[in-house]
Amino acid sequence: MKKSRFFRWLEGLPIHIVLIGLCLIWLLPTLGLLVTSFRPVQDINETGWWTIFSKPKGYEEFQSYCAPCHGESGNALPSADLTNPDLVNNYRRSFNLLSSLNSEISGQPHMESIAVPDEQAAANILSYMRRISGIDDRPIFTFSNYIDALSGYRGRNTYSSDCESGQQSLDLFCDARDLANPRGMGRAFFNSLAVAIPSTIIPILFASFAAYAFSWMDFRGRQWLFALLVGLQVVPLQMTLIPISRLYAQLGLNGTFLGIWLFHTGFGLPYAIYLMRNFLGSLPREIFESAYLDGASHWTAFIKLAIPLSVPALASLAIFQFLWIWNDLLVALVFLGGEHPVLTYQIGNMVTSLGSGWHLLTAAAFISMALPMIVFLALQRYFVRGLLAGSVKG
Amino acid sequence: MAKNIPGIMRQKRFVPWMYLLPALFVMAVFIIYPGFNTLFLSLRNDTNSDWASVDCSPDEPCWGIFENFRYALTSPIMKTAFINNIKWIVIMVSATVGMGLLIAVLADHVRYESIAKSIIFLPMAISFVGAGVIWKFMYNFGSGQVQIGFLNAIVRAFGGEPVSWLTEPKFNTLALIVVGVWMWTGFCMTILAAAIRNVSTEILEAARVDGANEWIVFWKIMVPQIMPTITVVVTTMVINVLKIFDVVYVMTGGNYGTEVIANRLYTEMYANYDPGRASAIAIVLIAIIIPAIIFNIHRFNEQEAVR
Repeated sequence: MKKSRFFRWLEGLPIHIVLIGLCLIWLLPTLGLLVTSFRPVQDINETGWWTIFSKPKGYEEFQSYCAPCHGESGNALPSADLTNPDLVNNYRRSFNLLSSLNSEISGQPHMESIAVPDEQAAANILSYMRRISGIDDRPIFTFSNYIDALSGYRGRNTYSSDCESGQQSLDLFCDARDLANPRGMGRAFFNSLAVAIPSTIIPILFASFAAYAFSWMDFRGRQWLFALLVGLQVVPLQMTLIPISRLYAQLGLNGTFLGIWLFHTGFGLPYAIYLMRNFLGSLPREIFESAYLDGASHWTAFIKLAIPLSVPALASLAIFQFLWIWNDLLVALVFLGGEHPVLTYQIGNMVTSLGSGWHLLTAAAFISMALPMIVFLALQRYFVRGLLAGSVKG
Repeated sequence: MAKNIPGIMRQKRFVPWMYLLPALFVMAVFIIYPGFNTLFLSLRNDTNSDWASVDCSPDEPCWGIFENFRYALTSPIMKTAFINNIKWIVIMVSATVGMGLLIAVLADHVRYESIAKSIIFLPMAISFVGAGVIWKFMYNFGSGQVQIGFLNAIVRAFGGEPVSWLTEPKFNTLALIVVGVWMWTGFCMTILAAAIRNVSTEILEAARVDGANEWIVFWKIMVPQIMPTITVVVTTMVINVLKIFDVVYVMTGGNYGTEVIANRLYTEMYANYDPGRASAIAIVLIAIIIPAIIFNIHRFNEQEAVR
């Protein structure tokens, strides 16, 4: 019995290896971003995020060149205590350190039997010495990247340290008002909400009406109108950008929330009606029949029957539409632009303007990802159901 | 469809249109009208002041009123975009569908199925922009000793020379496609997994009892049964890939030979301010997608017949 179980486990082993391997590959990029977003900026650019728990830069060199005399902690020689900030400050550059290592101490060569380190090693030792002396001490994890990203801070230090010393730039107030900084992710977060929530509710509302008519009312042209709708689902968004932005320019809707709500409504509708009709149409006919016999009007049947019964479909639809709008860049870029920057717009801008400001970029990206990931993980069931209803069952 | 509706539920003729009006109006303004307007603009010059034929110069070939289409179909940058879009379609569709199928089949055999699927599916919840940042970091190329990009760190660990993945024309389009695959495999996996679950277990068991190994069961029984779903997934993915924009815009901006159709459209419209050319590109894009639209309607009608 035991043996057969072992063999079954052994047989399944390749499956587990491949599957877990793929899962790890899939997780790795996001994990890298998450870890990096919590690291101090100097660390991000000095070492890879996967080395987070290994010794800091220069530790190895320090151990082989300095530790034999100065001790592992650097304070074995009271006269030359390497944890003393005053001493370390003499060596601001690696060649200072090298020249002092090359000079003699009381007639003896400084390094005695140990070889003098090369320039790269000296630089690493120096950065390690700055660390143990407390000049450049920093934690492994920090929240300052998130604070900087939220407040739109673009200086050389951190938002909190600038505010403490009172040297913040002119457009920062060092209080809650900085969340409204147009460069910051805080404001963009609220803009994204202001775009996504109405753009989710309006099309679902319109779609419910239309879907009810398509499923429980009889009118001419119903068939072909619905077939047209099925076709409209795949019309590329790009095709409509140009005429609509010209139209908006005439109406003064460019850069307004109303404009982007209407656009998302127009583009969300075909899929929303399609999904809602499939759901409403699959409800048992008898319910509607008996309601009708009891004298209910279409309006009552819609409000009291159709809407309450279709809550699961409404939920999947809402998640879909919300995620799609939250994650959209193109429409926001064209119709809102810098007027009301949303999260995706802000990050897109940061990528092109900051280049390698990884501490800000990773934090900003994670701020924009947090909400959809929570929504997705919490309501995955509805999400999957909507996906299947939309593209397979029909 | 109409025969399903009970007679007692008939209503006055205008009532359905009251329910349909808001949706139809918005769709007419935002989808139907722009379609025709784009068609018109594609025949106009860059300021919409005259027909496109005025842009012709005497010593170059001219397509008359279709001059913008000459650009959209024959210019070198658009040729690059077409070739790249084909690369995207071939590699990304086969990779997402293949991997999606593989994971769906494997996950069916293990107890941590739901966790594994969630992990693969999670990138779907992230924006292309967020994914762009994630992968730009993965692909990061340091000119000095230190490589903080994971991929180059691996290359170094195996003794190779670090590569600038996003600017090196040999790799960059492929590097972008990897991002797309990472994001969309979960979508294919979810739909294919649902189809696999609908395959009758009795047939599978019968085949196994008859001595067919898993490989044969998969190819001879599973795949033919889920073929309709595979077709749907492939069509959906082809449409999605044709419209790909955000990844390219964020990661390379279409530079270094990574241009795609949708990004070119955006550049023509909002960087070069040429609505004529941009519209022509949009028309080309919709022309490529029209077969998919017809396919969708056709499939819908078939399903309605079964219903």
